[in-house]
Amino acid sequence: MKEDLKEFYRYRGLLYMILYRDIKVRYKQSIMGFLWAVLMPILMVMSGIMFRYGFALATHTPLKTEDLTSVAVKSIPWSFLVSSIRFSCNSLTNNGSLVTKIYFPKEIFPVAAVMACLFDFVVGFVVLTIFLLIAQVGWSAYLVWTPVLLLTMLLLATGIGMIVSAASLFFRDVKYIVDVLLTFGIFFTPVFYDVRMFGDKAKWLLLNPVAPILDGLSACMTRHQPPDLTWFAYSFVFSLTVVIGGHMLFKRLEPAFAESF
Amino acid sequence: MSDIALRMEHVYKKFRKGEIYNSLRDLIPALTGRMFRQQELSKDDKREFWALQDISFEVQRGEALGIIGRNGAGKSTALKILSRIMKPTKGRMVVNGRLSALIEVTAGFHQDLTGRENIFLNGTILGMTKREIETKLDQIVAFSGLEEFIDTPVKRYSSGMYARLGFSVAAHVDPEVLIVDEVLSVGDSVFQQRCMDRMRSVVKGGTTVLFVSHNLKAVTELCQRAVLLERGKVVTIGSTDSVVQRYLSDALNNINSGGNRRVYISHVRIRGETGEQLKFESGQTAWVDIAVTARKSAEKLDIVIWLTDESQRIIFDTSSERLGHCPFSLQAGETYRGTFELSLNMAHGTFGVCVGVYRHDMYEEYDKRAPAAMVFIGSTVAVRGAVNCFPRFVEAETVVVDGLPQKTSQTET
Repeated sequence: MKEDLKEFYRYRGLLYMILYRDIKVRYKQSIMGFLWAVLMPILMVMSGIMFRYGFALATHTPLKTEDLTSVAVKSIPWSFLVSSIRFSCNSLTNNGSLVTKIYFPKEIFPVAAVMACLFDFVVGFVVLTIFLLIAQVGWSAYLVWTPVLLLTMLLLATGIGMIVSAASLFFRDVKYIVDVLLTFGIFFTPVFYDVRMFGDKAKWLLLNPVAPILDGLSACMTRHQPPDLTWFAYSFVFSLTVVIGGHMLFKRLEPAFAESF
Repeated sequence: MSDIALRMEHVYKKFRKGEIYNSLRDLIPALTGRMFRQQELSKDDKREFWALQDISFEVQRGEALGIIGRNGAGKSTALKILSRIMKPTKGRMVVNGRLSALIEVTAGFHQDLTGRENIFLNGTILGMTKREIETKLDQIVAFSGLEEFIDTPVKRYSSGMYARLGFSVAAHVDPEVLIVDEVLSVGDSVFQQRCMDRMRSVVKGGTTVLFVSHNLKAVTELCQRAVLLERGKVVTIGSTDSVVQRYLSDALNNINSGGNRRVYISHVRIRGETGEQLKFESGQTAWVDIAVTARKSAEKLDIVIWLTDESQRIIFDTSSERLGHCPFSLQAGETYRGTFELSLNMAHGTFGVCVGVYRHDMYEEYDKRAPAAMVFIGSTVAVRGAVNCFPRFVEAETVVVDGLPQKTSQTET
């Protein structure tokens, strides 16, 4: 493991180049270019607000600003997770010629894919910050939790990214399974709704390791509370296990990559 | 640091022929099916196939080693193991120093990026740092000869330009151990020559080079030692000359009995002044002994001989009939022997000696060996191309051309 990390560090220049290529190509091809990174989170937030508005009408409860900001705060990290899993899933299969022809640590591909999505996330996060300033949510010391929670999300995305990228090399239908899971994942994850709406059944929702992270973000950024520590610890341990286990699995499978095409 | 740059120790590589389950939909029925048919497991073992068996060799620091062999001999697999893309099934490989492989020099290119961006991308993929590339950028661009197009996306490049850019990047990687594939065969002949020159200076500069190629000419030019692979095994290791000789004679021995042809070529042998040989100096004489055997009686037979160059172009062609020898007839069971005498006025390179037997008046082909043998021509004269015209440069003088302004005379008046 230590050797692998050293090797990865030696090839960091390659990681930057692949990352640069992925970002550049993405924005070069589309006419919208840079706007694309801004438009996606705005659409995401808008649809979340739509959902919350409809929900408020149906239950005859007043719609609070806090509900809207909470949706915005949760949907941007969620879309980061979705896009990074989707993008890294194809990262090895799309670079077949490099995987089969040249030696270097192949985890560069899923990691670069996640980082390219992180770039989009940063753009989205800037838009989010502007939105939060306009909505005047204010701030508290609990904001220090934000980077910790986002880092946990990043670990989770990288771990899943490594697993699905390697798996999709051997089984091409992994891609479709991942697509379906990600499409419906939003209904099982408290992005547009709140776990507390479910009362004492909330704990079942929080078993989804993404839920405590999103709920924690909403807590520290909009409600000015600390995240639920027990559930956060659960998410963190889960993410760490996924990233370490994913890396081990990836390294175990790596020698067979060149033969899988 | 030891003097060994690279060592292969009893390397084996196994592949599975047949189905690879690339989707779960195929895998699940296959697995359940296998559970019910236990006896099929032994059949699976037969599908295994050893691409490499017990390969061991060492490469000294600063040495250039050639790896030759026919298609399917295991060269590509050896290359993938050397460049660490594949792991050996058994055995191990040790590399001392920074290793770089020029296998597919355009593999890292992205269509939508410009030539310049691709130089950076491909350079890092091949193991250069960004700073290294920045200092060498001008050299790389000049080597490729693509100055005008360097800021054009590579998708607008012709395939030749594409390959040239790829090789130019690869040629400027400065590794301690370099593995080279057939990449030298890109571009036009001028560019190829430039690549060969570059390779020569890399070898001279003390880089350890492993050169995997069909191109015997390039191998003999660059490498002192060579390994001959055949069906995944090392046949021989030694000086390039002796290995090349062995490779050529192995190709000659592959003549089969001719199946059920009416008339077949039963024997081909190439002789020089000292006896049987396949390696000649340019301009030497070779005798090609040919025996033709008939299963059934045949008449008006003509033996054709032609030579091909490395790209299978016919560079010379004649026949016994065209040389004034009457077409001959054979009864069943009879063998006809004849000899062609050839002056090998070719330039440095490997040439195929091809032989055929025809019915002269009807152009009916009975048997053909193309090539029956490969000959290797060495040359002491520095000539390039297919033929050796035995050039001599006679006299040089400087003359003054009337009507052109002359700087010196103007200053005098």
